[in-house]
Amino acid sequence: MTDFHLAEVNIGRIVAPLDSPALAGFVEQLDEINALADGAPGFVWRMVGEDGADATALRPDAADDRLLINCSVWESAEALRDFAYRSDHMRVLIRRREWFERSVEPYLALWWIPAGRVPTAAEAMRRIALLRENGPGPGAFTFRNPFPAPDAAPPAAESASGQLGLRIGRPAAR
Amino acid sequence: MTGEDEDAAFAAIDVLSDPVRRRLYRLVASSPQDVGRDGAAEAAGVSRSLAAFHLDKLVEAGLLEASFRRTSGRTGPGAGRPAKLYRRAPGERAVSVPPRSYGAAGRLLAEVVDRAGLDRQLSAAARAAGLREGATADGCEDESGGCDSSGGGDGDPVPLLRDRGYQPFHDGDTVRLHNCPFHALAEEFPALICGMNLALVEGLISARSAGRWAAVMDPQPGTCCVALHCKTNSD
Repeated sequence: MTDFHLAEVNIGRIVAPLDSPALAGFVEQLDEINALADGAPGFVWRMVGEDGADATALRPDAADDRLLINCSVWESAEALRDFAYRSDHMRVLIRRREWFERSVEPYLALWWIPAGRVPTAAEAMRRIALLRENGPGPGAFTFRNPFPAPDAAPPAAESASGQLGLRIGRPAAR
Repeated sequence: MTGEDEDAAFAAIDVLSDPVRRRLYRLVASSPQDVGRDGAAEAAGVSRSLAAFHLDKLVEAGLLEASFRRTSGRTGPGAGRPAKLYRRAPGERAVSVPPRSYGAAGRLLAEVVDRAGLDRQLSAAARAAGLREGATADGCEDESGGCDSSGGGDGDPVPLLRDRGYQPFHDGDTVRLHNCPFHALAEEFPALICGMNLALVEGLISARSAGRWAAVMDPQPGTCCVALHCKTNSD
């Protein structure tokens, strides 16, 4: 257990307004998938709007009323990975292109946050901007280019992705 | 792949050249549970000591992993010696003569397809490829198979999935897949590759089993993210 938690932000432009038929399949699964996250091992926190249920009312960019934000905090990268890619969350993730436009720029950023703190939407957007400007670094990284928590040793070969020449566990720039 | 890696891969493959050993490897590698020496010997039709010899050679080569566990459920003095259990080791080995790099090409293609947002086009192509393959597979003319683990029904999707390397096994009314043939790519591009895999399996089973089985995204620890649910009870 480290003194740092993993924060995640992921933004996406919906292909149509949230209350349109095109987004119905997404909207109708929100409660179930959010409940799944809340109960997932290692889940710490997720950002919600004023209604308190989910984050779909939030618009992190005032100039873009189709841009949604999803932001959460987890005890570890493995906990987030297990929820995102090894749970029923996958049922909605594989349908992402039905509801969200593709993004040519990075749309998901990870960073380490002191345990007990939670990010604001503005901070989360700054992490995305950091990743877009500088590429993966200790302040904003991705699953494919992870960085260790500030007080933790670099992770050992963590996944089996080495077969394809994936570089993981790159030491933090210091 | 460096020359050293290639030599190691050839050495591991060489260990599998013995037919009995290969049978034992397939048996253990495709089993969702750890396999003991007795079980392996019986299933492979060889003596316990011969099975133990070959299983330990496979561990030495890094193809299997061994662990010790008391299978009696008792602990403390009198519980007996713990049994040696075997399972598939993580990691992959591939050799190609002459050298080919389809993995590297696959990764590049996946990266571009992912970035271009072509998930649905990839899934459509995978479903069509599965349909073609499933339609030409042996024994696809009947849909009368049941959902139990007795197998043998003509609509049983297990043989087809086994041939494709999925290592399917019955888990109640569900067929789960112990192996993901696209594992390394799925780790790196989960949404894209798991969606492709689901569509491929849907296509594969639709010719012979679609009346009975539905492919669904149902990730479980240690298995492929796709499972097949029996439709008999719900339909």
